[in-house]
Amino acid sequence: MPSFGVLFFPGSNCDHDCYHAIKKILGRPCELIWHEETSLEGIDCIVIPGGFSYGDYLRAGAISQFSPVVSPLRELAARGVPVIGICNGFQILVESGLLPGAFIHNSSLKFVCRWTNVKVEDTDTPFTCLLRRGEVLKLPVANAQGNFVLPPDGDNTRERRIVLRYCGEGGEPTAEANPSGAEDNIAGIANSQGNVLGMMPHPERSFERVLGSEDGRRMFECVVSWIESRGRKSSGVTNLDPLVSSQK
Amino acid sequence: MKQFSVKIEVKLKPVVLDPQGKAVLNALSGLGFNGVSDARVGKIVELTMEGESAEEVSRKADEMCRKLLSNPVIEDSSVEVVEK
Repeated sequence: MPSFGVLFFPGSNCDHDCYHAIKKILGRPCELIWHEETSLEGIDCIVIPGGFSYGDYLRAGAISQFSPVVSPLRELAARGVPVIGICNGFQILVESGLLPGAFIHNSSLKFVCRWTNVKVEDTDTPFTCLLRRGEVLKLPVANAQGNFVLPPDGDNTRERRIVLRYCGEGGEPTAEANPSGAEDNIAGIANSQGNVLGMMPHPERSFERVLGSEDGRRMFECVVSWIESRGRKSSGVTNLDPLVSSQK
Repeated sequence: MKQFSVKIEVKLKPVVLDPQGKAVLNALSGLGFNGVSDARVGKIVELTMEGESAEEVSRKADEMCRKLLSNPVIEDSSVEVVEK
């Protein structure tokens, strides 16, 4: 059965939400992993939760990139193991260079906490493989620095795969639907292999009908199915051909 | 070993929108300060460093900027070194 690992840093605050969602609602093995851990062997999917690691000092996620656990994280990411960074987890992935881009303050200058609609733009990732391209998910955001900026044109790290885009209920990517002012309405991007996903909305807060949406759980059902269909390959995921061939 | 005061200035690149600067600009005009057409907010990091020469200290500070103090995707940094 796929085993999940939720990394947590000083200042993470969504770690137990992720743990609860995976362990109790999804019913999958899950462990909380402190940022000083130096091995992630046996983990099939890494979750980097939201919060304010290191108090967002300097820049959100800037200090966490040097935590010991980031070394084995880089190795797993390079091997194709699914990695999802949520909110501050997304900021950590960007600061550590595992995903392109950067974050600045929301254009409203406010902490934004509300439901958003996001359109699925790429279904060739472990976290979207069972979803339909173009379908609209309902997921909540809660952040102050969710204003995603891509590297400038011409920069070779500008290559990216947009996976989720803020949109209206019908899927139109309008400015009103964009809670932070993020470039190109980007709510989630993946690395070129597709196995590392960063997203600002919180899937772990939309796991049950009682919370207002179950769409976040559907993303985690995707990754369970993705891992099971490939066998447990945490000791060396190799078959990424379907992902590579569909790169944009 | 000599002692140096190092002043590192980090600011958003001119092409990157600065929401904080915009808020400062609006607040200034709200207070009646006319004639301010732009405001950008940055950070200053002051370090006390040891080294053989200003060049060596400056090189080290540049490396600090690249690795941690600035995010080169969105920020520019400049380093000023003065012997104490």
